[in-house]
Amino acid sequence: MTSTTTNPETLSVLDRPNSYIGKTVPRPNLDRLTQGRGLYVSDMELPRMAHVVYLRSPYAHAKIIGIDAAAAKQLPGVIAVVTGPELAAVITPWVGVLTHLKGLKSAPQSAIAIDRVCWQGEAVAAIVATSRAVAEDAAELVAVDYEELDAVTDMRTALDPQTPVIHASLGDNLAFERSLDAGTVDAAFAESDAVVEAEFVFGRHTGVTLEPRAVVADWNPGDSRLTIYQGTQAPHMVQNIAALHLGLEESQIRVVCKDVGGSFGIKVHVYADEMATYALTKLLRRPIKYVADRIESFNTDIHARDHRCKGKIGVKRDGTIMAFEIDDITGIGPYSMYPRTSAIEANQVVNLVGGQYTTKNYRARTRVVFQNKNVMCQYRGVGHPIACSVTEGLVDLAAMKIDMDPVEIRRRNLIADDAYPCASPSGLKFELLSHHASMDKLIGMMNYDALRAEQAALRKKNIHRGIGIASFIEVTNPSAAFYGVGGAKISSQDGVAVRLDAQGSVICQTSITEQGQGSESLTAQIVGSVLGVSMGKVRVILGDTDNTPYGGGTWASRGAGIGGEAALQAAKVLRRNVLDVAAAILQASPAELDIVNNAIVNLDDGAVRIELRELCRIVYFRPDTLPPGIQPELMATRHFVPREYPFAFTNGVQAAWVEVDTDTGFVKLLRHWVVEDCGTIINPQLVDEQIRGGVVQGLGAALFEKCIYDERGQLTNANMADYLVPMSGEMPDIDIGHVVSPTFETELGAKGAGEAGTAGAAAAVSNAVNDALKPFGAFITEIPLTPQVILSALGRI
Amino acid sequence: MKASAFSYARATSVVNAIELLAEHGDRAKVLSGGQSLMPAMNLRLISPELIVDIGDLTELRGIAVTGDRLRIGALTRHVDLLNSADVAKHAPLISEAITHVAHAAIRNRGTIGGSLAHADPAAELPASMVALKATIIVEGPAGERQIAAEDFFTGIYETALEVDELLVAVEVPVAQRNSAHYFSEFARRHGDYGIVGLAAQAVVDGDILTDLRLAYFSVGDRPVLAMAATKLLNVAVTPAVLLEASETLGEELDPQEDQQASVSMRRHLAKVLLARCVATLLGRPELSAGEVL
Repeated sequence: MTSTTTNPETLSVLDRPNSYIGKTVPRPNLDRLTQGRGLYVSDMELPRMAHVVYLRSPYAHAKIIGIDAAAAKQLPGVIAVVTGPELAAVITPWVGVLTHLKGLKSAPQSAIAIDRVCWQGEAVAAIVATSRAVAEDAAELVAVDYEELDAVTDMRTALDPQTPVIHASLGDNLAFERSLDAGTVDAAFAESDAVVEAEFVFGRHTGVTLEPRAVVADWNPGDSRLTIYQGTQAPHMVQNIAALHLGLEESQIRVVCKDVGGSFGIKVHVYADEMATYALTKLLRRPIKYVADRIESFNTDIHARDHRCKGKIGVKRDGTIMAFEIDDITGIGPYSMYPRTSAIEANQVVNLVGGQYTTKNYRARTRVVFQNKNVMCQYRGVGHPIACSVTEGLVDLAAMKIDMDPVEIRRRNLIADDAYPCASPSGLKFELLSHHASMDKLIGMMNYDALRAEQAALRKKNIHRGIGIASFIEVTNPSAAFYGVGGAKISSQDGVAVRLDAQGSVICQTSITEQGQGSESLTAQIVGSVLGVSMGKVRVILGDTDNTPYGGGTWASRGAGIGGEAALQAAKVLRRNVLDVAAAILQASPAELDIVNNAIVNLDDGAVRIELRELCRIVYFRPDTLPPGIQPELMATRHFVPREYPFAFTNGVQAAWVEVDTDTGFVKLLRHWVVEDCGTIINPQLVDEQIRGGVVQGLGAALFEKCIYDERGQLTNANMADYLVPMSGEMPDIDIGHVVSPTFETELGAKGAGEAGTAGAAAAVSNAVNDALKPFGAFITEIPLTPQVILSALGRI
Repeated sequence: MKASAFSYARATSVVNAIELLAEHGDRAKVLSGGQSLMPAMNLRLISPELIVDIGDLTELRGIAVTGDRLRIGALTRHVDLLNSADVAKHAPLISEAITHVAHAAIRNRGTIGGSLAHADPAAELPASMVALKATIIVEGPAGERQIAAEDFFTGIYETALEVDELLVAVEVPVAQRNSAHYFSEFARRHGDYGIVGLAAQAVVDGDILTDLRLAYFSVGDRPVLAMAATKLLNVAVTPAVLLEASETLGEELDPQEDQQASVSMRRHLAKVLLARCVATLLGRPELSAGEVL
C-alpha cells in the first residue's frame, strides 16, 4: 500500500496557503529547553527512589572467583548489593542475533556478569543506595576476587588458531562473515590501465552524548506494571525487550521518554545495565535510578567504526572505474549488541562501497570478530563513513595514478541523474538520486577552479592546502527490511493520531521520538499545514507507549520520512472529517470549503464561514444542533511504512578545504561544503542543523576521536580530557546546499537527512589532507589524522 | 563521579589557613579556584579529608607594581590576569600565555596560585614563571619564604611547598626596554594542554639576543629551562647557529611519550618552536623555514 490516496481537492501540503512546509520556523520546544524547563531522566525524582551504581570490571577478561559485599552492605544508606546470579532470578539472558544476517552468532549475555567478565567495564554487581554518592562509597568496599584471563584485543589476530576463543560454545571468534561477488571483477581488473590498492584504518570511536544514558525504572506491584523512564530513541522496542526478559506482557510496561540530550544511535539499543535496572526495581519493589557517569559512558556506550578495510580499484586511462574490491574486518567486542546486533555496520560497508558509481563489478568480504573490548554497534551513519572513506579514497588514488582531476573522474563515473530507477551491484534499489546536479552545485558553491588556483599560488609560499571531495549515498526511511525481516520486534511503521480539542487546538500523538533533531517541530509543521491550523495550536506528544500509536521511533533517518508521512495522512483524514461537519453546519458541500488560519473558509473567495473553535464548540457541546445522521469524528489516526523501496536512498557530496602545517602535522579545517538531497525539505534550518551536526561528528572522526585501548584491553582515554571530541574552535564554516529529488512513495516526498553529514565528512577531509600532501609523496589512509600520523607519513619524526 | 565525603573549612586569614594545614598535614588540600582539584576529587583520584577554602582571603587577590617588581596575589584569577593593563605592560608574556589556559569558564574561576601550586608539567603558567625569573612567595608557620620559580617546581604535581605552607603571591621583574617575549604551544584543540609549549623571555639588542630564557612545558616532569638558549646569545644568528642550538635542544630534552605524541615527536615539535621563537624575536621569518629542524 502506498499512501497516495485519491483526493478530490488535489490537496498538496506543499502548495497550501500558509504552509509551514519548506519554511524555517522555530522549534515548539525551544523556549522550554532554553529556559531550563526540560525534563530529562536525570531530573526525575520519585518517592522512595533509590540510586544504583554498577561496580565494573577493571579487567578485559577475567573469571569472577568471589564477591564479598559484607562491608558494603553495612554502610549506612546502602539498600542492597546485588550480584549477577541474584539478579538472574528476575531477568533472563539474551543473544543479539537476527536471522537475515545469515550465520551471525553470539553468546548469551546477562544483565550483570554471572561468573566471567568479557570487557573492562562490564558490571559485576549493583549497589543500590539512597544516593549516588553513598552507592559510590559502598562500591569501593565491595571486594571482587578475579582470575585474569588472556584478553583478545587485536581484531587482526582474533581468528588465528593460537588466539583464545572468547566463547567456547561458539567454537571460534567469528561472529559474522559476508561475501559478495557481482559482475566480472577479475576480468575488469585485467582490463584496467591502472589498479591501486590500499588499506584503510578507522579509529574506534563513540557518540558522546551530552546527556549520558539514564533510566528510572519503577515497578508498581499494586497494578503489576513497570514504568520505565528512559532517554531512548525507540520506546516500543524497549517495551518489547523488557517484557520479554522480565516475563511480563508488553501491556504491563510503559516506556516514557521525555527530553533527551542527544542520542546519535547511542540510545537506540538496550544495554545490560539498563536491563539490570529494570530487574532491580522488580526485585526491590521501589523506583531505581541509573545515570551513567562519563567514565561509564566511555566504557559502555556502544563504540563504532573499528574497521580495517583493504580496498582495490581498477581504472581505465579515460577515468572509467572498472571495479571495486574490498576486504573488511571489524572487532565488535565480546557480544553482538541487543537487539539490533553488531553485524549491521559491516553489512552496510559491503552494501554501500561503490554504490554511487556505475561500475557493476564489485567484490567484497567482511568479517566481524569478537574481542575483549566494549561492544560496538550502530552509531550515526552506520557503515557509511567507512564505505565512503574507502570508496572515495580509492577514487582519489585512481585519479592520482592516471593524473586526472578528482572532480573529473567522479563526473565520469557517478550514476547519471536520468538513469533511475536502478540498482547497485550489491542490490540496493535507487528510486531517484542526483549525483551530478549535486556535484555541479557543490563546484559552484566552493568556486572550485578559483580554489585550485589559490592552492597553487600558496604552494609557492610553502603553504600546503588541499581540496577533498567525497560523494556518498545514504540509507534512510528503512522499511521492515532492516530489522523486522530478521525477527527483531522493532517496528518500521509509525503512527500519528491527531484530534481537535474543544477550542479548536490540535493534540497530536506520534510514535516517533525527539532527541533534539526536531521531530516535534516537523510533526507540528506538517499537521498545521495540512489542517490549516497555526503551528502554535498544535501540541505534539511523543515518547510514551501508553499515549502514542505503536511505532519504531527515531533512528536511521526515518522520523521525517515515515513519521512525517503518517502525520500528513492523519491530518488529511481529520481535515476531511472537519469539512464534513462544517458542510453540515453551513449547509454547503465539503468541496466548496477549506480550512485556513484556524477557520473554515470558502474555497473560492477565502471568506471566513466559521471559526474552527466555534465548530468544535458545536461538535462537543451542542451536537443536538447538528443535522441528523452526522457523527463528527474530530480525531484521526494513520500509520505509514514504505513498501515499494526497502530504503529511500539519498545522496550528496561534500568538500573540505584544509591547510596542513607540514612542520607540525597539524591540520586546520578552513571550510567545508555539503550539497545533499533529502527530497522534500520540511524545515530548512532543521535539515541544515542536522547536516552540520553530522559533519562535525565526521570531522571528529577525521581528526580527533579515538577510543585508545592497550594490548590488555584497557580503555586508556575514557574521559573528556583525553578523548578528543570536536570543539567549535576547530570547526570550519560549513556551507550547505540542497538538490531536491522527492521520493514518490509518499505524498510528503521527504527522505532522511540525519546522517548525511557524518557519511562523507571524514572522507572529504582525508582526501583534502592527501591532496595537500601530494608534493611530499605521502598518502594516508588512516583516521584520525593526528599530528603524529601526519608527521610520521612525512618522515619528519 | 561523586567525591567521597570530606570536611570543609573556610579559612578566615592566611594564619588560620596555615594553622589548618599544619594541623591536618597531607590529609588537607587547599581549595583556590577548584578547576583541577574538584575534577580530581570527583574522579576519586584524590580523597582529601579536609578542604581548606581560601576563597575569602581577599588580601591574596590583586595585582600591584612596586618599583621594578610586579606582584600578583595567589588568588588572582586567570581572567583578571588577562584583563590587567599592568600585566600587559610589565609582563606581556603572561597576558599571552593566559589566552592558552583552558576555556573562558575555567579562566573565570582558576587562579594563578592554584595553577602554580598544582604544578602540572603541561600547564602554561609554571613555565611562564620560569621564563620570567619569577619569585614564588609562600607563607608557613615560620614565616615567609621566597623561592625562585626554577627551584619551585620539583616534579609532576610536586613543588617546594611544605604541607603547612600556603602560596600567597608571585613576583616577576617588570619588562625592561628591549625586552621581548614569545609564547606558543601545540594543542590538538584550543584550550587543551599543549603537546609541547614554549614560554620565552628575551632581551634583544638590534639583531642580537643578549638574554634568552626558553622555558618549555609538556616535555618533562616540570618546566624545562633549555640551555640551548646559550648558543644563541650575543651572536649573529645564522641558520647554522640555529641548527646547532636546535641539536643541543634535542640532546638536552628528555620528554615523555603519551597518547598525543612520541618522544621523537615532542623533540621535533620543541625544535619547531625554537625556530619559530627565534624567528619571531628577531623578526626574521626565514629562520623558521624547514632546514633547521
